[in-house]
Amino acid sequence: MSQPLTHDPHKTSHYISDELYRDVIAMFTDWQGDDRLVADPAERERFRMLIEKEARLLDQDNLEAWLSMFTPECVYWLPTTPNAGDPRREITISFDDRRRLEDRVYRLRTGYAWSQAPKSRTVRMVTNVEVFTTAEPGARMVRSNFLISEFRGSSTRWLNGWCGYRFVEQPGGPWLIQARQLNLIDCDQNLRNPSIVL
Amino acid sequence: MSMLEQLNRYGGWPSNTPCPYDWDELIQEDRVHRLIYTDPQIFTAEMTHIFAGTWVYLAHESQIPNNNDYMTLRLGMRPIILTRDSDGELRALYNRCTHRGTTLCRFEKGSAKSFQCPYHGWTFRNNGKLSGVPWPDGYAGDFSDPKFNLAQVSRVASYRGFIFGTLNADAPSLVDWLGPIATPIDEWIDRHPGGKFRVCEANRLMYKGNWKLAYDNSADGYHVVFSHRSLLETENRLMAPNEKGMSYYKTKPDEQPMYVAYMGNGHHFKDKRPNLPKRVGGLWALESAHPGKEHYEEKFRAKYGARADEFLDLAGSEPVNINVFPNLSLLGNHIQVIEPLSVNETNTTWYGTAVVDDDNVLDGAVDDINALRMRTQEGFPNFGEVDDLSNFEEIQHGLEAIEDEWVYMHRGLGIPGRVKTHDNGVITAPATDEVFMREYIKEWKRLMKHPPNLHVRREP
Ligand code: FES
Ligand SMILES: [Fe+2]
Repeated sequence: MSQPLTHDPHKTSHYISDELYRDVIAMFTDWQGDDRLVADPAERERFRMLIEKEARLLDQDNLEAWLSMFTPECVYWLPTTPNAGDPRREITISFDDRRRLEDRVYRLRTGYAWSQAPKSRTVRMVTNVEVFTTAEPGARMVRSNFLISEFRGSSTRWLNGWCGYRFVEQPGGPWLIQARQLNLIDCDQNLRNPSIVL
Repeated sequence: MSMLEQLNRYGGWPSNTPCPYDWDELIQEDRVHRLIYTDPQIFTAEMTHIFAGTWVYLAHESQIPNNNDYMTLRLGMRPIILTRDSDGELRALYNRCTHRGTTLCRFEKGSAKSFQCPYHGWTFRNNGKLSGVPWPDGYAGDFSDPKFNLAQVSRVASYRGFIFGTLNADAPSLVDWLGPIATPIDEWIDRHPGGKFRVCEANRLMYKGNWKLAYDNSADGYHVVFSHRSLLETENRLMAPNEKGMSYYKTKPDEQPMYVAYMGNGHHFKDKRPNLPKRVGGLWALESAHPGKEHYEEKFRAKYGARADEFLDLAGSEPVNINVFPNLSLLGNHIQVIEPLSVNETNTTWYGTAVVDDDNVLDGAVDDINALRMRTQEGFPNFGEVDDLSNFEEIQHGLEAIEDEWVYMHRGLGIPGRVKTHDNGVITAPATDEVFMREYIKEWKRLMKHPPNLHVRREP
């Protein structure tokens, strides 16, 4: 995931390979150990701000700005089981690469996505932000909990769970999301209209 | 007359009176009445006349591959433990303790030789037989009467791994009941090497609408370019225009070789395969963008040369909708199960399938095929089905208008030469025709009119 780009990930999907799947599974395996917990308040604050910003962009339907928080070769994974499993062998709710994330936004912008016409209104609470070190100095894993209130069709419902992130530091630039794993607490149950970007 | 006899005679109407509806009034040649989607009494009756009175799909054998494996599910509203018992026999046990009625098993799946009731500890073997009662000397009699063994679905049968159950003693055999729809099912299975595949988790959705809205839609070629317009535009945003996915619906779909068919006993079938290029790789050529598409394509071509297209086709979505009344659809590579929850709530669970290659017919490519196939399967539920489900919910909403009574399904009716009846009874029509709806709802009417001969069984 860190080699120089030889293909445009907005247009083709060359980086989704067996190697990438293995990397992503490894990233999200046994990563939340106390021994890796970051205590430094400044660093914790940096990631808390990024996660709050992400929640704001999603609530404001600013999906284009939200996409810019990800690395070009990114992964957004919603497992369909509480233990996440192996996305090469199992269906997930979604396992989006860069292009499919942009498809998702494009579809919602067509004006013909009936599941979002009218659009949902959302507010997100994000809490319990914890930062974990990784083997690489320029990469952190972050965990947060979320509660999304979604209003649509005269009623409000709640979606909740927790999110795992791998952030990577850009040379001279911001920290970007390389991989995001969103775990709905009811990910293995039948979901009504899961059409917003979670 | 006992209560059970009344149930069997009147099919579960809440009162002890005959059915209050004139079915010929509700189901007409060109239209159906809104009540069949909105009336709670009709829904209650469906849970015996349809979801018990005919064969109902339960699960695929790969979900309970070993002896003692089980999963819990519903047959209509009945809580069921579907198990492969210790002797390997498939059984659909009522998940209902014979003592005071609590569910025995609260887990979605697992492996167990027996089930002990969490309430007072009665224990049942996984063939349904009561094997132990705490402090039996507190009972005057013994427990040898079969009435203490678990109730179970009287007829359970598997067609090539697809497990069905019915309580109706008068239903035909499973194979006879499938009839001509067995042919596309066979073809769907046999496109996998050795006919082998396994269920691998699911895209699980629900909607607030009647279950028949999903079954009405499942062979509907008329809605595609409208309901799925956002999907079609997205699939083609980076590709040559009008080539990918279901784009072939955009221009005169009724003049194309694809067709819709009514296959008898409520089953219907939309066959889009005739629209595809007739060559290996023709299926994959239609696939839109999926995660890993270019990487795996290039990997297969470099490593396997001429066989690459064969492997890519296995990752591609089979262009058929094989709909087995009342609750099973083979759509692309998904096994979709329709599960009614109430008159206006329905689960549709899209089980994914993965290729199995124990004999290495695929020269080591099976894992990569599946890695790509998982992503192709996730496309439609995410970008297509959500819009259909919204439309189903809005139908349910629209049907709250009491005085506006009728739902029309007459597309194609009365046009000479449009609809053809074949020697085996199969009826075919152009892709957007609604003949499949008109025909299946006649079968629904037949089942609703005649109280089924329902029986549970128990181990002796
Ligand atoms: S209800 Fe099961 S043992 Fe009493
Ligand atoms: Fe559809």
